[in-house]
Amino acid sequence: MLDILTGVLALGGIGLVFGLLLTLANKIFEIPSDPKRDAVRNALPGANCGGCGFAGCDALADAIAAGTAPVNACPVGGAAVAGEIAKIMGVEAAEGQVRNVATVVCQGSTDRCKNKFDYHGIQDCVAASLVNDGNRACKYACLGLGTCVKACKFDAIHIDERTGIAKVDPEKCTSCGACVRACPKNVLSLQPETEPVRLLCRAAEEGHLVSDNCKIGCVGCEMCKNACKFGAITMVNHLPVIDYDKCVGCMMCAETCPNGSLWGDFDNRKIAEINRDLCIGCTICKRTCQFEAISGELKQVHEVNEACTGCGQCAAKCPKKAITMHVREHARDANAKVGTTPTKPAVLKN
Amino acid sequence: MNDLLLIVIGSVLVNNFVMSQFLGICPFRGVSKKTETALGMGMAVTFVMALASLITYLIQAYLLVPFKLEYMQTIAFILVIAVLVQIVEIALKKISRSLYQALGVYLPLITTNCAVLGVALLNTRQGYNLIESVVNGTSAAIGFTIAIVMFASIRERLAASNMPKWMDGFPGALITAGLMSLAFQGFSGLIH
Repeated sequence: MLDILTGVLALGGIGLVFGLLLTLANKIFEIPSDPKRDAVRNALPGANCGGCGFAGCDALADAIAAGTAPVNACPVGGAAVAGEIAKIMGVEAAEGQVRNVATVVCQGSTDRCKNKFDYHGIQDCVAASLVNDGNRACKYACLGLGTCVKACKFDAIHIDERTGIAKVDPEKCTSCGACVRACPKNVLSLQPETEPVRLLCRAAEEGHLVSDNCKIGCVGCEMCKNACKFGAITMVNHLPVIDYDKCVGCMMCAETCPNGSLWGDFDNRKIAEINRDLCIGCTICKRTCQFEAISGELKQVHEVNEACTGCGQCAAKCPKKAITMHVREHARDANAKVGTTPTKPAVLKN
Repeated sequence: MNDLLLIVIGSVLVNNFVMSQFLGICPFRGVSKKTETALGMGMAVTFVMALASLITYLIQAYLLVPFKLEYMQTIAFILVIAVLVQIVEIALKKISRSLYQALGVYLPLITTNCAVLGVALLNTRQGYNLIESVVNGTSAAIGFTIAIVMFASIRERLAASNMPKWMDGFPGALITAGLMSLAFQGFSGLIH
């Protein structure tokens, strides 16, 4: 009994002395911490995902407090966090920054894209891709074994049961890029949320090779390139490349695409509306329109018909600012062009 | 005096902790990518080991032996080392923030470094007195510093050279360490 007591007392005594020593060392070598840095750290989400490019939220907070990183460096927190940090740092947050969203650049669901063989190995895309480039017939296709799902810390990506390929929930996606790095097939990429059209196929092969494997793959027919009246599409490796600086969002490329590998944001397609009080009938808009969607005689009020693609060129040219763009309620009717008989437009359904 | 010289040569070269006794391998591998940080790590280990030898000797001689608490040796020594490492960490954070960041997780890992505990246990086992213990601890740490700095400078050159992919990085480093260890075996005839 006494042995135990001496042991406890001796070691307890050592511990006490050392505790005092450590307190002393802490006092002597105290580092004044930056209150701004701590406030920034508290404002950050704290997921330590590394989406900002720094080693974690602590490292980013250091960089922001030191002024080497912008206040909106955290892609996860978005505008809300950026605003909060800007308030702490006493600067204005940059407005109108477009949010990126992880996008699955493949629509090769199991009913559209064939399988080369049945894969019964480890249920992981990296493992599967080592076996003859994966079991999908198209070597650019999503394998759908969920390596990205495991990589996502925000529950924003899932394997769709019906299609068998990955699907991103844009609401939850924080554009941290973890899935993009995890995917062995490079099927995922970060793309601006607001892009009106997107190519959802990476098959850089000749058309007959693609169409053998997949019903929805891009065959490189160049119809989108020819449909684009603004020269925004060039063909590289049998795939269209969209120059988003030139793209005006008319979505004609997506509309002409014969097999749907070019996706268009048709739900948010715009239509021009002419303010009858302001229009002076100068015909500038009519001459500007590439789609014969505006009719009207000189010095008379002009009309926009259902053929409008929402490119917005007329609104930009109108000297009286009489044209506004707003989201259309009906699908575009190409037959509504000047001089043709319009059909009854279909109501847009989401 | 002759005895002390023997201890120094013995610990630095003949029984080099890393190269002959294979103690303290963790920081030896971890912090040997750059010579500067390797030197910093060596300095930190030297400080901890010298002080640990001193304090563990005092604790052993004046606390554990009189109270018949030798069975508490390991835990008491670990306590000493942990506190010393903590002090080094606090001090380093203030003095050189860049070195603190470069050492990273390996700094608190000195706590569980077998070289530091090893030197304390070996001192008592060999029956060294106070001065011999401190000399032994310091020279063992100097031996560690020499080994890690040499290894780091070799690794720096290896990183710049054109290595086959399977040898690049750790495989090459481990083979290097093995060859260095072989070379250090050559000192074994130095003392009889």
